[in-house]
Amino acid sequence: MHQKIITTARALVFFASTLPLAWLAWLAASDALGANPVETVQRYTGLWTLNFLLLTLSASPLRAITSQHWLLRLRRMLGLFTFTYACLHLLSFVGFDHDFSAQAIARDILKRPFISIGFAAFALLVPLALTSNAWAVRRLGGKRWQELHRSIYLIAILACLHFLWLSKITEIAQPLAYAVLTGLLLWWRVQNRKQRAIPAPRTTQVQAVKFFRKRPD
Amino acid sequence: MFRFPTPPASEITPKTQWSRRRLLLAAGALTLPSFTRASPNDTAQPLPYRRNPAWDPDDKPTPFDAVSSYNNFYEFGPDKDSPKANAQSLRISPWTVTVDGEIARPQTFDIDEIIRWGLEERIYRLRCVEGWSAVIPWLGLPMSELIRRVQPTSKAKYVVFTSLADPAQMPRVRLPVLDWPYTEALRIDEAANPLTLLAVGMYGNRLPRQNGAPIRLVVPWKYGFKSAKSIVRIHFAEQAPRTTWNKAAPHEYGFYANVNPDVAHRRWSQESERRLGEFRKRPTLPFNGYAEQVAHLYAGMDLRRNY
Repeated sequence: MHQKIITTARALVFFASTLPLAWLAWLAASDALGANPVETVQRYTGLWTLNFLLLTLSASPLRAITSQHWLLRLRRMLGLFTFTYACLHLLSFVGFDHDFSAQAIARDILKRPFISIGFAAFALLVPLALTSNAWAVRRLGGKRWQELHRSIYLIAILACLHFLWLSKITEIAQPLAYAVLTGLLLWWRVQNRKQRAIPAPRTTQVQAVKFFRKRPD
Repeated sequence: MFRFPTPPASEITPKTQWSRRRLLLAAGALTLPSFTRASPNDTAQPLPYRRNPAWDPDDKPTPFDAVSSYNNFYEFGPDKDSPKANAQSLRISPWTVTVDGEIARPQTFDIDEIIRWGLEERIYRLRCVEGWSAVIPWLGLPMSELIRRVQPTSKAKYVVFTSLADPAQMPRVRLPVLDWPYTEALRIDEAANPLTLLAVGMYGNRLPRQNGAPIRLVVPWKYGFKSAKSIVRIHFAEQAPRTTWNKAAPHEYGFYANVNPDVAHRRWSQESERRLGEFRKRPTLPFNGYAEQVAHLYAGMDLRRNY
């Protein structure tokens, strides 16, 4: 029964995760990407990378709040979709902006801080995607694997900075909203850790505290 | 028997005059619909104009649909499609432009009066500071024509253009994202350069609202944000004014804002641009390809510092 829920949920999430890409393909096929199609593709793939990143980060808190432990088993797929959309985002930059010229790409990465940050976030995503299989978990050992995968927090912060930095003051609302959401998801983790760090009381029985040495009249 | 009366020679219209009369009638037929039949708030109206091919670029004009559906006009929203979506209720008639400051004849012009001074069509390249570009056939009159009519005094060193900022019609003006009203300025010799255009139309018709109806500036060798839209005031000043984007981000948007591939924006390179509708980028030209006409205005200036 339990396994069945997970299988169904995975199939549904997989299908839903391909929909943004399908929609983009549909827009492209029907010539509906607008006057600046390249910009549309770059913004769209960037936004969906962030959306999947936030969904991936939501798995743990959602599980803790709802006690639905199977939610955690969707996390790997969400993470891999984050990587997929990030690859498309990078590809649109490398291909459309620089005609795949390694020199031009390297120069842009070195000279433009918002591109450096975006590229760093992508580079940090690669080892996570490569170690997202059971074999890698066994090979690294659960603890080291977990430590490696904590870099997703840094990646999320870098992704938000990348978005904020490229935006004009007039369109700051959207990147700010993403930064706030990311902040909330990270803040929840900090709180959660603090709570777990408090040692549990020895006894569960509550004892009355006496305030008075003498019995009052 | 009836005979056609033979008019005396003195009453016969010379052929040159007759054909000129035909021409005027034809011109009248052309202009009539724009002034009487359609509502003055309808922008899909042809305007009478004379074509001026002096500065035609080699490239074909960008399709009208692209130019009228993708641009910046922050009074109507932050995205490229917000101007078209939100500008359609702007009242563009009646509309007046107040011209004042250091001039001999301060006055307020009606937009239809300005149109009657005579329009020409010029095809210009437009380069946005964001890295996209277009080729647009504008209808307008040289800014020098207005300057000639108002007679600036010797104190007039700058021309300041102010856009409409009506919170009732432009919802975004209520938000302090920029210091409203939108203000841009040129040095007076830049304003008087033959390339500087006061545009009232494009693609043969009146300007669509999202493109700055009913009257806007077009300065083709500068980044697009210098070309203020929906202008209500043109002020001749002695002192250099602070302009809107310069106030918002002085390191990113200088007063001059001449198109310059050698001077990067703080955050991105200006070496190349993407023409609307194209996939690959193309190199950006100094002064947007108008160096021959305007480079002399900046002789001796360090364009890296005066960006």
